Amino acid sequence: MRIKVEKRFYITKWQEVCIILASIVLAFSSGALVFHFLGVDPLEAYKMMIDGSLGDFYGVSETVAKTIPLIMCSLAVALSFTMVVWNIGAEGQFVLGALACTAFVRYLYVDNFVVMLACMGISALLAGGLWGAFAGFLKARWNVNEIITTLMMNYVAILLLQYFVYGSWRDPTSLGFPMTPLFPKSARLHQFFSTRVHSGIFFAVIIALILWIVVRKGVWGYEIRVSGQNPKAADYAGIRSTRNVILVMFLSGAIAGLAGMAEMAGLHRRLQPGFAVGYGYTAIIIAWLARLHPLAIIFVSFLFGALFVGGENLQIAMRLPLSSVQILQGLILFFLLGGEFFRNYRVSFISRKR
Amino acid sequence: MPLMDWGRDMTENYLVKMRGITKAFYGIKANDGVDFDLKCGEVHALLGENGAGKSTLMSVLCGLYQPDDGVIVVNGRKVVFHSPKDAIARGIGIVHQHFMLVPSLTVWENMALGSRDMEFVIDENAICERIKELSQRYGLDVDPLTPVWQLSIGEQQRVAILRMLYHEANILILDEPTSVLTPQEIENLFITIKHMKEEDYGIVFISHKLREVFEIADRITVLRRGRVVGSMKTFEATPERLAEMMVGTSGVSEVRATEEKPKSNGKPLLVAEDIVVNNDKGLIAVDGISFTLRENQILGIAGVSGNGQGELAEALSGMRKIESGRLYFTVEDVTYASARQMVDLGVKYIPSDRKGVGLVPNMNVAENVALRKYWQPPFKKGFFIDWDEVYRDSKSLVESYEILTPGVNIPVRMLSGGNLQKLILARELSGELKVVIAMHPTWGLDVKATAFVREKLLSARNDGSAVLLISEDLDELLALSDVLAVIYRGKIMGMIEGPKAENIEEIGLMMAGIPTSVGGGNVIDED
Repeated sequence: MRIKVEKRFYITKWQEVCIILASIVLAFSSGALVFHFLGVDPLEAYKMMIDGSLGDFYGVSETVAKTIPLIMCSLAVALSFTMVVWNIGAEGQFVLGALACTAFVRYLYVDNFVVMLACMGISALLAGGLWGAFAGFLKARWNVNEIITTLMMNYVAILLLQYFVYGSWRDPTSLGFPMTPLFPKSARLHQFFSTRVHSGIFFAVIIALILWIVVRKGVWGYEIRVSGQNPKAADYAGIRSTRNVILVMFLSGAIAGLAGMAEMAGLHRRLQPGFAVGYGYTAIIIAWLARLHPLAIIFVSFLFGALFVGGENLQIAMRLPLSSVQILQGLILFFLLGGEFFRNYRVSFISRKR
Repeated sequence: MPLMDWGRDMTENYLVKMRGITKAFYGIKANDGVDFDLKCGEVHALLGENGAGKSTLMSVLCGLYQPDDGVIVVNGRKVVFHSPKDAIARGIGIVHQHFMLVPSLTVWENMALGSRDMEFVIDENAICERIKELSQRYGLDVDPLTPVWQLSIGEQQRVAILRMLYHEANILILDEPTSVLTPQEIENLFITIKHMKEEDYGIVFISHKLREVFEIADRITVLRRGRVVGSMKTFEATPERLAEMMVGTSGVSEVRATEEKPKSNGKPLLVAEDIVVNNDKGLIAVDGISFTLRENQILGIAGVSGNGQGELAEALSGMRKIESGRLYFTVEDVTYASARQMVDLGVKYIPSDRKGVGLVPNMNVAENVALRKYWQPPFKKGFFIDWDEVYRDSKSLVESYEILTPGVNIPVRMLSGGNLQKLILARELSGELKVVIAMHPTWGLDVKATAFVREKLLSARNDGSAVLLISEDLDELLALSDVLAVIYRGKIMGMIEGPKAENIEEIGLMMAGIPTSVGGGNVIDED
């Protein structure tokens, strides 16, 4: 028996789906091993996760609430990935958006919902966008690796957040907890049916639709796809790739920033250090799984939302640490990237002939 | 090392004998029964055009390729090399055009890399001592402690040569060693080579520059299309004879297409006045070229690759900045026009690198058709591209250019080379068309596709367009060109109206940088 590996020329949609499904199945099987060693029955654990996240109205509403920032952050990174620009900084841009809109509420509050919504939104878009565009500028101008800059800027963003919530923005009545005062009414997004699902979901869906149309049908979407796939062909077509790098990073950051604003105004209604729980990183996995397709991102984000909520349920009911869910996520990414190999190569077993 | 032990063939002291070397790639013979010898204390020049088989032959000698047929004898013993390691063990070292050094490591670290008897603990001082000794002996001055990235190209070459000496090679292959050097560095290199000759090294000097070959070589072997066309002592050779051997005269006259066509004297379409263009490194690549490209005319540009053709083509198509001089399209000044403006004017470009520049391999046929026209009226609607229109256009192009593809939504990376070129041709020749700049348009294509491309270029010309044909294939240039210019080091060496097979010798000379009596272009003086 001999193993033969050859480059794959073409892959059907069907094969691609199979590879993704196989990756997920393998991830959950290895996750089962982890649960087993943690002394928990894996089937029980998975059942508990599904029950907690999708089993009842409350569970589903919690899942949807988590899905909102996931969709927006995933769209943000997917946009940059479309141009083969690796924005790993959605987490930081998310935080910056939250910081900017909180600053607006704190210093320039107007008691009018529409004005507040517009101003908070725009400030978050700008803050996240500029945070991203800075990395884009460094890449366009001096070819600085954007993976490293965006990743590093995440730490800067999170430390900035801590600086403000532990420092001058801390609510004097919070008994020392690091959090700002609650946002006043006009600075809040509506929540539906007394759940935590807020109107930020409209942002998410609308942005997904816009990106879907722009990237598939739009002139600019075509240009960034060409720039990403073959920069020299982009020159040949007269596309200004360097300008587009900055623009893509700005828009990518802006979407993540808006996600931060929606999370503030819709869910937490105050700034606190724990609100950034890694949506920006999970977004990378989601964008990848969805093959950067904006509508697929909505669906995959929902599954990951369920994974988050299910994980919380696991924490509460089975006293497992939060990291066990993170391990599961890590395994999914791990097998997914492993699956990439099978997308690009065909492996066949050949029995040795005499 | 006493010479006597090196081989049994003591009368002539042959270091290397290669006999009947044949090596084919995908059925195309890059080497076809090649014989090659190298004696001790000899510089043997290997001369030939690009693609003549020089590099293949030397790759066989240094163990990179295994020959399909033929024998290699080194120091009187028949050898079979399975890898470059085996060749190095036999004292054969090659200095590639790109030196294959690790830029972040120092000179001595680069030397020690791949050393046969590396110990667990590296004795830095001993290595540096040996490097210093060798560099003094052969006049290859370098500091062993400097990181390689800090060195100039000339110094890096010295390191690469020293590295081979350090590994005790006595047979040195220098692959186009002068192409990257300044004249002063070339002089120093030649002094070193002469030193090594005196110490009984055998040196293979690969080049296509006649002047240098005459200066340094003892013996010259000329390759063309994988075969040896001649081998002689340097004093027996003349530049004219060598140029003719390199370029060849066979099989040219049959395919002349221009003679039956009407003589043209159309109005000027693209006029270059003394244009200067830099390469990616910021060095001058096109050094003051002027020409007039007219309606119903094919202007061929001959030359060995790397003499500024690529930069010229990019500059004319708006992809590369023109540093000085002027470019006119009819009467309009287009010196600073963008690629897109040039396309809108009808100046189209067929790049030599199909998958790297001309197409986006992962995108489908229709998306690739859109590449150079998506901003134009029927296709662009506001912020959107009318993909229905693009698909319709693509389907009709696929049909009329006989592009073999299962459909227009198939990624173009799945198409064959001939179909890729047909696709580029279809895209560039459709729509507004005034000028086509075609770079190596038939490179790597089969006979049928080649004929198709040439026919399309000719019919574009006959329909009133102008074609600038940049090629290394002289047969093609002679078959298609109404006027032929020869480029050398970014300058036009001469122009020939209605080139014929009889002109081939002077074309060869001009390609090698030797000015001839013909030509209305600027005559350059060689440094």
